[in-house]
Amino acid sequence: MKFTLSWLKDHLETTASLAEITTKLTAVGLEVESVEDPGKGLEQFVVAHVVEAKQHPNADRLRVCTVNSGAETLQVVCGAPNARTGLKVVLARPGAVIPISGDVLKKGKIRDVESQGMLCSYRELKLGEDHAGIIELPEDAPIGAPVTQVLKIDPVIEINLTPNRVDALGVYGVARDLAAAGVGKLKPLHTAHVPGHKESSRRIKMGLPAGQEHKCPQFVGRTIRGVKNGESPAWLKDRLQAIGLRPVSVLVDITQYLTIDLGRPLHAFDDAKLTGDIGPRLAKAGEQIAALNGKTYTLDEGMVVIADEAAALGIGGIMGGEPSSVTETTTDVFLESALFDAKNIADTGRKLLIHSDARYAFERGVDAASAHNGIEIATHMIRELCGGEAADLVEGGAPPAWTRTIAFDPARVKSLGGIDLAEDEMKAILWRLGFTTEVDGAGEGNAWQVSPPSWRSDVEGWQDLVEEVLRIHGYDKIPAIPMPRPSMPKQVLTTDQKRWESARRALAGRGLNETVTWAFVARAQAEQFLGDLALVPLANPISADLDVMRPSLIPNLATAAGKNAARGAGDVSLFEVGPRFEGMKPGQQTLVASALRAGYTTPRHWAGTRRPVDALDARADALAALEAAGAGIPGLQTGSGAGSGVPPWYHPGRAGVLKLGNQVLAAFGELHPAVLTALDVKGPMVACEVFLERIPAPKKSKAGAARPLLRASPFQPVERDFAFVVDAAVPAETLVRAVRGAERDLISDVGLFDVYEGPHVGEGKKSLAIAVTLQPKDATLTDEQIEAVSKKIIAAAEKACGARLRA
Amino acid sequence: MTDTIEKLRGELLTAVSDTNDLATLEEVRVAALGKKGRITALMKELGAMTPDERKAAGQRLNVLKDEVAAALDTRKVMFEQAALNARLASESMDVSLPVRPEAKGSIHPISQTIAEIAAIFGEMGFELAEGPDIEDDFHNFTALNFPPGHPAREMHDTFFLPPDGDGNRYLLRTHTSPVQIRTMMSQKPPIRVIIPGRTYRCDYDMTHTPMFHQVELLVIDTESSMAHLRGCLQEFVRTFFGIDDLTTRFRPSFFPFTEPSAEMDIGCSRQGGELKLGNHGDWLEILGCGMVHPNVIKACGLDPDVYQGFAAGMGIERIAMLKYGIPDLRTFFESDLRWLRHYGFAALDVPSVTGGLAR
Repeated sequence: MKFTLSWLKDHLETTASLAEITTKLTAVGLEVESVEDPGKGLEQFVVAHVVEAKQHPNADRLRVCTVNSGAETLQVVCGAPNARTGLKVVLARPGAVIPISGDVLKKGKIRDVESQGMLCSYRELKLGEDHAGIIELPEDAPIGAPVTQVLKIDPVIEINLTPNRVDALGVYGVARDLAAAGVGKLKPLHTAHVPGHKESSRRIKMGLPAGQEHKCPQFVGRTIRGVKNGESPAWLKDRLQAIGLRPVSVLVDITQYLTIDLGRPLHAFDDAKLTGDIGPRLAKAGEQIAALNGKTYTLDEGMVVIADEAAALGIGGIMGGEPSSVTETTTDVFLESALFDAKNIADTGRKLLIHSDARYAFERGVDAASAHNGIEIATHMIRELCGGEAADLVEGGAPPAWTRTIAFDPARVKSLGGIDLAEDEMKAILWRLGFTTEVDGAGEGNAWQVSPPSWRSDVEGWQDLVEEVLRIHGYDKIPAIPMPRPSMPKQVLTTDQKRWESARRALAGRGLNETVTWAFVARAQAEQFLGDLALVPLANPISADLDVMRPSLIPNLATAAGKNAARGAGDVSLFEVGPRFEGMKPGQQTLVASALRAGYTTPRHWAGTRRPVDALDARADALAALEAAGAGIPGLQTGSGAGSGVPPWYHPGRAGVLKLGNQVLAAFGELHPAVLTALDVKGPMVACEVFLERIPAPKKSKAGAARPLLRASPFQPVERDFAFVVDAAVPAETLVRAVRGAERDLISDVGLFDVYEGPHVGEGKKSLAIAVTLQPKDATLTDEQIEAVSKKIIAAAEKACGARLRA
Repeated sequence: MTDTIEKLRGELLTAVSDTNDLATLEEVRVAALGKKGRITALMKELGAMTPDERKAAGQRLNVLKDEVAAALDTRKVMFEQAALNARLASESMDVSLPVRPEAKGSIHPISQTIAEIAAIFGEMGFELAEGPDIEDDFHNFTALNFPPGHPAREMHDTFFLPPDGDGNRYLLRTHTSPVQIRTMMSQKPPIRVIIPGRTYRCDYDMTHTPMFHQVELLVIDTESSMAHLRGCLQEFVRTFFGIDDLTTRFRPSFFPFTEPSAEMDIGCSRQGGELKLGNHGDWLEILGCGMVHPNVIKACGLDPDVYQGFAAGMGIERIAMLKYGIPDLRTFFESDLRWLRHYGFAALDVPSVTGGLAR
């Protein structure tokens, strides 16, 4: 909310400077968002007296003025039509920065006559739009005084009000907080009852049905006859304009003004346009109201309207209606000061999408005891500015019960708030804020019974009272005490979190760049990656291309790679560790490490040819992530082809899955060209998805972190090469596994060092050359033993995949 | 005999020094020390001598033999050295060639910052907790003391999922605070957790992205007060930003799930339009915090007159931007390789309080 300094000082007697006030506002929780001080930068401008104004010898429109600034007498050339002898003016001396232009004023010659300064207009000082002539100061303005002391300069302060502090929605409430915090003294409000000169002809009809009276529990009204509406006085218009409101007419402006001044919304009806009794009732379904903002709203039965006997006049607590509003010609006004239910106002405002000051106040909880004060203050103001005779108050309903007591142990200020404070000081703070305190029994250690004032509906428990005391005493006085530390910190990460972190670092170590992408994708993209997952749409997406939760990390990685390629970086390797979404309920998400590569594995270089990325790069990424995350590589099996569980967004012939038993831990491969087309990116691209949460938990070992003893054999290992011919479709892993299993005690390693397809092995066949390492443990191998193992290897290979030794 | 030996000595040493390559040197060796060599021949003559003569001549012959062998050796080493030098002179490569390319990966600043935060709070005895991105109204709002219809709910710009068949309407969590509820409902106090994670709000402009990251702090026990909250956070910002005497300022604020609530500022300077952290008189808002609201403690089945504690939340991107001088929030999610490489971290750059938080 916004207000001006002079407005604040209407309620607060203080000698504090603007800076002191704004610092304290932030300190008590009314955070200052901005301060516009028109006086800032005017410190060097002084009051001066035009001793003589003569015609400029060389220019009809210019005058040469002799100006006394108190300290010196200067000659100033001035073009303003009102520059004349005897005037008190605002003088800028050389060196001053002119606010409107930001230029530094220099001595100069204007049409050959020296000018040693400048006489300023309101516009030049950024104090208004007036540029018809220079500022004419009052005759008694002291010569040489800074103009900031003479001109009406009213800084505008904007505070960022937290939703709980409806008590500070009015300038008066802000003043109350400042006074409580020791910045000046709160002035009393002018709330004296205005006795009616006669009985009111209009009555209040509380028309809410039983059980719903709480939606508008109290309605106070008053007719004032014989008022003269018109333009508001300058001070009132200035204040409204200063905070960004548009003055309308004095009657409307008074209600606007008091809403800001007191945080107490009021409404003024043209009494001549009302028919019979007035009061709240429920809207009829489909009932329409032409509101003051020029729009027509259709209401429902949950909403409250203010109605007379003929029609609904306004949306209660939110916005008045156009037909019954006051105009320039209004002579009789009916004032409304009512109370509305916060929740119902919030619901109505949300349904109708109306944002008004009244809604803002009521949905946060207007002072329950403010209806009378509001209407009395408004009556005073209307009679002062518009004249007229006030009738008696008319009233329906009653304010809801707001008095309550909170048991408060003052020791909580230390135990919860962390601050040592004398009990007397706590009491004084609460009293200054309008709370009352009663102590149970005598002596220390007894709880106080604290009653909050009517304007503090936000205060509910003793914790709130601790906050009030801390807030006014000063949050910044809370000491900083380090947390008591454990003698040794525990492990911060869970096993899963450690795995994700390891996978992340392993992939970065393989040269991939980690990225973080939206959890949303476009529906058309998501559909390419659904498999058997359910689509998870958003009801209110931020944009049409981010309208569903991602079922896979690949679409975002692929489009990111595409964008990088468009920027000239075609060789891309990206990865992300994050959730994919599998359903609409909490927990239906899986953490996936996904890597994607496009282009070549390396840039062109002198030492060899480069190659494009392929499915095995993706497999290597998947294996690296799995290994880092603790999945035992030897136990993993590669599946590929139909029925293996390879997701459909991969190339059917160049993709696979890594399984542990039946569990798919990762999928990898070249992305399906049709999917890339759907994503609007150029391929080929390879990718992998590693399901880190599916890795079985590590088994707890009895030995703790100890490893099994290393039994390094003292005997020479022997390496033997075999070349097998198998059907081209046989996965190499089948052969390697078979050979490795041929004699487990002896075979320590099997390496595949050549793959050949061609005329030498025949159509539909391929040759796989493997190197088998035999590691004896008890004695050096004899030729016979080696021969026997070789036979077993050949037999195993043949049995597993029909392999024959290459001739 | 003596004369013969002396003469032979002269001849053989001359022959050795006259050689020009290993092959001739070998010939000289054979001619002198081989089976039919001249020294070997003289050795054979010793048998025909008297014992006294034999002793004297034998000694002289042995001296000669050693001397010639040493000369042969020296000469051989010299030839080998020369051969090696000749080979090396012919072998060279341009060692200024660029090394064979190896891709250098990087860790995203968000991951790195989370790891730094975990390292610091880990030292203070915190553990890491997590929760789902899709949440229900209870955990995201109601249990956190946002009553239905409360204006504070609207300030959250919540993403909703369409109602499911049972009429349940789930949402994307607007903060990491629902994990406070999940933690309090599943663990017994004392609790000290940090909760990093993705959060979502329907807002997209210069300073807002529809997805961002927060880290939440939760302490529940019977004695932690606002003074501990301030101590804990002050130690954090000092360690995280690497400024040992960084000042903090506490201001009253409002969050539905804390009471009292505060915002914390850290010292900074904005002179010349450049933001600099440190004790320069100006303040920068960095996080919101407070004592966990009694209604929240109650909603988790604990007695707020017995248990108390604090919570704090901050934007991970925001503190990463401040620490690492990253100017634009939106760039965090653009996957621009140039950005990832420039602002990213090396794989081995694992942060720890003892080993250093940032290189």
